[in-house]
Amino acid sequence: MITRVLLMSWVTTCVLAMPMATWAAQPSVQVEPPNLQGSRPVEKQTEAAVIRDYLQSWQGLRLAMLQNRPDLLNEDFVGTAKYKLTDTIQDQAKLGLRTRYKDRSHDLQIVFYSPEGLSLQMIDTVEYDEQVLDHGKTLTTQHVRARYIVVMTPAEARWQVRIFQAEPIA
Amino acid sequence: MRSVLAWLLAGMVVAAAHVAIAQDSNMTVPASVTAGSAFTIPTAGNGKAAIYIVGPAQALRRDVQLGQAASFDAGDLYNAGRYLAILVTGSSTTAREFDVVPAVQPEALSFLAKPSRLPVGLHNGISGAAYVFDAYHNLITTPIPVSFELSNQGSTVQAQTVTTRNGVAWTEMNSAEKQGSAKFLARVGDVSSTRVIQEVPGNPCGLTMSARPDGQRVELQTTPVKDCSGNPVPDGTIVTFTENYDGMQSTVDAPLKQGIAQAEMPSYKGATISVASGVVAGNEIRWEGGR
Repeated sequence: MITRVLLMSWVTTCVLAMPMATWAAQPSVQVEPPNLQGSRPVEKQTEAAVIRDYLQSWQGLRLAMLQNRPDLLNEDFVGTAKYKLTDTIQDQAKLGLRTRYKDRSHDLQIVFYSPEGLSLQMIDTVEYDEQVLDHGKTLTTQHVRARYIVVMTPAEARWQVRIFQAEPIA
Repeated sequence: MRSVLAWLLAGMVVAAAHVAIAQDSNMTVPASVTAGSAFTIPTAGNGKAAIYIVGPAQALRRDVQLGQAASFDAGDLYNAGRYLAILVTGSSTTAREFDVVPAVQPEALSFLAKPSRLPVGLHNGISGAAYVFDAYHNLITTPIPVSFELSNQGSTVQAQTVTTRNGVAWTEMNSAEKQGSAKFLARVGDVSSTRVIQEVPGNPCGLTMSARPDGQRVELQTTPVKDCSGNPVPDGTIVTFTENYDGMQSTVDAPLKQGIAQAEMPSYKGATISVASGVVAGNEIRWEGGR
């Protein structure tokens, strides 16, 4: 009997813990060599900084969408990307929705670095889980694969996402 | 142990049943929708339901009578991106993915140009990148030709047409030979954006001075200082006169006034006097007329 209880307890713990661990797992990241148009090469240091800041922006996105807090976008997003995501959060709040995003993998490639250094464009073939909650109740959890066009611009201390737009995967 | 396995199996059966129920309700979602256009999502079945459209770019909800279509008017769903359409009935939930793609008509340009000020005669000294958007500020990723034009009064107009890739086109152009205010324009269809670029004279070219005695001193004066394209170098630019004599050196900085720099220095026979402006060196005089 004790063995059974222990086993049940172990199974229950695993079942409960698994989703938490799954949502907290780090995404796998693959970086393709740049396929640049433009005359300006991307230094390794710049590439590393851009990718670091972009991946961090997903964390900001995830928290902002889950907590319906547009202020959590401030550090990572700017311009069009920021106001569109802010609108989405406001829509979600009005509808009583929250969305949990978890990026599973990123396949990144820099495709443009403007000659004057004011913008950098990346393609991210990303896989993520999207869980939609209505007043706390899970409506659905879907695994999504999308191709994101991302434009980043330099700010004082970091790169920020200015355009964040998914398009159909060919 | 057996009972645990049975418990797990039972759980799997319940989960499978839930999936089967989820597939009962039905809706037909278009594979893609143009941003801002009207569309419908037909449903099957009976009863009341709600359709949610959710993605990072937008979130919507429509109540629908199953068996009928949920209507979305023009302008309802306008942000390009990947979305989930979720049909929620009293007993089940169905989700489908679809895309919202940008409209093909350009309505806005984001034109980044640099620098705002540069010397004349620089090869590929001016660069610009143009991002093309639709009416809802979605980046149009289908290739579109963008015209770039750089014009400065009195200089030949430079023009180039570049097709966008992933929504962006870029160019590099030379600064003109003549100083002045240049207009740098990017145009796609009826939409254009202009940046003003100040093209200023370059470094002095052929900097020369002359010297004449003035009692115990020597009076130095440059010829009118111009750049290599013949543009007068702006007043206020510093010209440096340097005199070397018997191991001693004295220097005078003089700003250009009406294109000319002047200075007085002690007159020493056998001194060498040179002139420079920034990194540009001018002529050198060996002074023989002094004491």
